Amino acid sequence: MSWETVIGLEVHAQLSTNTKLFSSASTKFGSEPNTQVDLVDLGLPGVLPVVNKDAFKKAIRFGLAIEADINQESTFDRKNYFYPDLPKGYQITQMTKPIVEGGSIDIDVDGDKKTINITRAHLEEDAGKSIHDAYPDKSVIDLNRAGTPLLEIVSEPEISSAKEAVSYMKALHQLVTFLDVCDGDMSQGSLRCDANVSIRKVGDDELGTRTEIKNINSFRFIEKAINFEIKRQIKVLESGEKVTQETRLYDSGKDETRPMRSKEFANDYRYFPDPDLLPVVISDDEMEEIRSTFPELPADKSRRYISEFKIDESEAEIISSSRELSNFFEVAVESKNDPKLAANLIVGEISSLLNKDNIKIDESKLSSDNFNILLQRISDGTISKKIAKTILAEIWETGRNADEIINDQGLVQIQDENLLEEVITKVIESNTKQVEDYKNGKDKLFGFFVGQVMKETQGKANPKAVNDLLKKALNS
Amino acid sequence: MSIRFKTLAELKRLLENKEISSYELVNETFKNISSSKTNSFITLDEEAALNKAKDFDEGKVDGDLAGIPIAQKDLFCTKNLRTTCGSKILENFIPPYDATVVDNLSAAGSICVGKTNMDEFAMGSSNETSYYGTVRNPWDLERVPGGSSGGSAAAVSEGLVCAATGTDTGGSIRQPAALCGITGIKPTYGRASRWGMIAFASSLDQAGAFARNAEDCALLLNHICSHDSKDSTSISDEQENYLDKINNDLKGKKIGIIKEFDISSLNKEVQDSFEKSKKIFEALGANFVEVSMPNIKLSVPTYYVVAPAECSSNLSRFDGVKYGYRAKDVDNLEELYVKSRSEGFGDEVKRRILIGTYVLSAGFYDAYYKKAQQSRRMIKNDFVNAFSEVDVIMSPSSPSSAFKIGSKTEDPIEMYLEDLFTISSNLAGVPAMSIPHGFSDGLPIGLQLIGNYLEESKILNFAHQYQKNSDWHFKTPDLGESS
Repeated sequence: MSWETVIGLEVHAQLSTNTKLFSSASTKFGSEPNTQVDLVDLGLPGVLPVVNKDAFKKAIRFGLAIEADINQESTFDRKNYFYPDLPKGYQITQMTKPIVEGGSIDIDVDGDKKTINITRAHLEEDAGKSIHDAYPDKSVIDLNRAGTPLLEIVSEPEISSAKEAVSYMKALHQLVTFLDVCDGDMSQGSLRCDANVSIRKVGDDELGTRTEIKNINSFRFIEKAINFEIKRQIKVLESGEKVTQETRLYDSGKDETRPMRSKEFANDYRYFPDPDLLPVVISDDEMEEIRSTFPELPADKSRRYISEFKIDESEAEIISSSRELSNFFEVAVESKNDPKLAANLIVGEISSLLNKDNIKIDESKLSSDNFNILLQRISDGTISKKIAKTILAEIWETGRNADEIINDQGLVQIQDENLLEEVITKVIESNTKQVEDYKNGKDKLFGFFVGQVMKETQGKANPKAVNDLLKKALNS
Repeated sequence: MSIRFKTLAELKRLLENKEISSYELVNETFKNISSSKTNSFITLDEEAALNKAKDFDEGKVDGDLAGIPIAQKDLFCTKNLRTTCGSKILENFIPPYDATVVDNLSAAGSICVGKTNMDEFAMGSSNETSYYGTVRNPWDLERVPGGSSGGSAAAVSEGLVCAATGTDTGGSIRQPAALCGITGIKPTYGRASRWGMIAFASSLDQAGAFARNAEDCALLLNHICSHDSKDSTSISDEQENYLDKINNDLKGKKIGIIKEFDISSLNKEVQDSFEKSKKIFEALGANFVEVSMPNIKLSVPTYYVVAPAECSSNLSRFDGVKYGYRAKDVDNLEELYVKSRSEGFGDEVKRRILIGTYVLSAGFYDAYYKKAQQSRRMIKNDFVNAFSEVDVIMSPSSPSSAFKIGSKTEDPIEMYLEDLFTISSNLAGVPAMSIPHGFSDGLPIGLQLIGNYLEESKILNFAHQYQKNSDWHFKTPDLGESS
């Protein structure tokens, strides 16, 4: 029997605002427990929420990017349930009138393009964290995360494989980071997803019973968790049993999903409009301001790089796909460096160093200033591109200034024709056999002579000057 | 010199003329409180109050209310001073911050002597639901003072303080003001900040004042009200000086009588007082107009869906985890919740949490909560229509005078009907007040004046003119031995 998979994703993107959604406490990650908590986050008696408009701006920016409808008047609701890390006993969320409705995201799976429609994206506050393994006899609570603004992005159930789910997640990741809406750091939980997975017989109209896999926080785990779940459901159905509607947790250690709680016994959240918050109205002026500060997205950037800087299409695509790389490239170009040279080094040497260390460019020791120096030294002929790679490797390790490295290690390119002629004469004199063969038509040997000159000069000879001078000497 | 029953304005004058020091005033206040039999206070703050009085006497404090002892309802958070909200669950709760109303009144120089008793979480109309014991009516110690702000009303009525704060969700200022024979006002919803007010029903809760007369209420309101960016429902419109219009002429002004409130079903004395009060206003040149508010009969049922719904959610934070009462000897999380809340809350609070949870449940939401929201809008519209014709609306504040302690505790519905006349203004969000206007069975009864949105000045004007032409607000209870 053949089965088809239906997946809908609920992605939680932590908005990169300085303060929380309803309080002025900081949202910084990794502080001492319970240090980023104010009266509101503690849910003390008598405290009241006040919305952070910055979170709205970011949510709207996302909405505009996916061409969704923006509700300029949106409302907040309370979702009631008891949990120790939920200080008020309810979560403030947008149930009835979310800020963003509709829109779509294009994905690409091995070259096949597909559009995934978005149901809605709404603002809500995060809960705190319960820690059960810090003490032998008690659980403790860290409320630093409580109240952090989240944008929950809900897709239509239009994703049909784990691979598509990963592509969708990657596309979302690229989008939210480019929009500066979310830092996209999945390991810290800034971007995480719940996957609703069901299967049905090919050709069936009705959806099968779904399970929800909670809180998956890496691309790899999304693929693995969904694939495990699909196989599990097929097994269940093929053995004549029924899939139970439930929430499941993915255990990456065992590579399996297992039930958390059954939906049948799930909470009745008793949603109702939060009486502490009036509808939030975004004025036309505010909308205009958000539109006017809308960042350039990858596809537009790529097109601009090609037309404005005349760099290769493949290079333009690679650079523009990452917010950090494109910033790095743009800084270099703004500093009047040769765009082609900059693009070349970024896509080549720098990208491979980044991949090797699995870091982002702004986490490396290569600063934009230092990269500028390096590019200028190549352009003004002080060093060759080949030497530049050696210098890059050194900067990568130490972060030292490029000029310092050039001077200390004597890497200045030799341009002096007299000096080069001396070396060439020496090479010709000590390789009489090869000179003879060359003169007898063995043109290929030209490379050999270039190599010898480079060897003598420890690679510092200006390649063009060597070419010209060698030709002259050999043909004389 | 006896300070008992002096008005705020009188005490101000005495302090200004240095006929009395603030220290004497505060000291005397605590003496009176210690001999009081009304159980009006839950927590006293004697040392801090006396220190503040000294500061005033040394000229270190100024402000509109400087040196005047007042009382705060125990629902307002007071920094470093226990705030119980009348509940066992907050028996040990000491807030780390001041409510905005508390802040404002301190900034005006007033001295908080303590926290007044109240129905648990402001749920009640008799003060009998307080964990800290029933408050007794100074006019008859066997009777209730009304509620939920019963402690504040009794304290002012008994002359322990000249002014006190209250909160009004369905009548919790006006009904006890009426039953204790004093003046109480609830401003427009959003006019006073709710920051630091322990929430009962967020869309209805509003802070206000008790005093001996309308003029003092106006002065208090000048400080209780403020725009507050910490409260999203706070009104940002410019705030009037509520004393400015208090002496306006009432000639030609229109007073609405609600056709659907059947006064004839009330006892004769209540009816007679109402008719006499009409005559006083007529003598001042005002005209009476009957206004039809067909949806006002929906007020009580609407309120008893909306308020419990909001309270069921607002009170979820009292779970024994972070602060307040935590049950002992529990084996797991569920038990911690169940036991802490079962032992920490009283019956009336539990009843309302249950009702609220029910009306918000999946499958019942549309039939109850949504319907109630619709009828609430209809009631609001009735007020909008009425105020297009009249300046103020007048009604009795409560159906009768103070009832005997214990006489209605077995019948919640009858208790809920105590707020028959007051609830609609909370649902609509309009300002309203109660002034003393007679007696029934030898006990005070109140007259309610309801104003249009942000027209506190107008009802205060009407009340002040009434009080200039009547003497009900001068009547004081006979305290027998305790005086």
